[in-house]
Amino acid sequence: MWLNQFLVLGAVLFCIGVYGVLARRNGVMVLMSIELILNAVNINLVAFGAFHQTPAGQVFALFVIAVAAAEVGVGLALVLLIYRNRSSIDLESVDLLKG
Amino acid sequence: MVAQNIFFGIIAAAMVLSAIRVVTTKNVVHAALYLVLVLAGVAAQFILVGAEFTGVTQVLVYIGAVIVLFLFGIMLTRARIGQEMDVDNERRWIAGLTAVLLFAVMTFALVDAFEDTDIEVNAALAPQTTQAVSDSIFRDYLIPFEAVSFLLLAALIGAIVVARRE
Repeated sequence: MWLNQFLVLGAVLFCIGVYGVLARRNGVMVLMSIELILNAVNINLVAFGAFHQTPAGQVFALFVIAVAAAEVGVGLALVLLIYRNRSSIDLESVDLLKG
Repeated sequence: MVAQNIFFGIIAAAMVLSAIRVVTTKNVVHAALYLVLVLAGVAAQFILVGAEFTGVTQVLVYIGAVIVLFLFGIMLTRARIGQEMDVDNERRWIAGLTAVLLFAVMTFALVDAFEDTDIEVNAALAPQTTQAVSDSIFRDYLIPFEAVSFLLLAALIGAIVVARRE
């Protein structure tokens, strides 16, 4: 297998995730797109770990998985708080700090 | 090697199509379920390169916990389940252009740098990779591991404090 087929797959997922973060207005859907980005990074880490024959790639992928779990917990708590205060998770309406 | 490439192609095509549906579907629950397909595909790719422990962890943590958390989030924010909503903002064309340009730059850089470098996956060594990963975590990366444990604890306590009703 080529190294590049994994790296390009990671790049595709990363760009789809970037599109989702930029184009979505629903808070939960933005968090889902962030998960796509983090998974693209994990594919790259594991592919490079296999390429260099070292477990370090997998170790860092596990760290990313743990940090992603923490990020989703805090992110959904924030989305819940926005919903409780505004009865909507439309991120376009969260513009209190806009000048 | 040929069989691995065929499976890579099938799984990668399913992942890309599901990922596109995650960011284009107008139904929040469908987006979460398509995300399950992408995450399962990532786990399958991990197993394909012989990273079976990371693949199993991916299934347990993402499909087992994160997706359930997402579905709870969808439920608690009372999205109208089964109905389509206006979930995209008016900047979607510029967002699509950004994504395509980013993809072009990244792919050019990757193809330029690695061309046709091969990955050697030695199936006979597969049972030892989990051992190597655990040795690596608890020897070389012990302090980062403890830091991640503390981060997870702090983040979950923080999530409870933020989401709690006074």
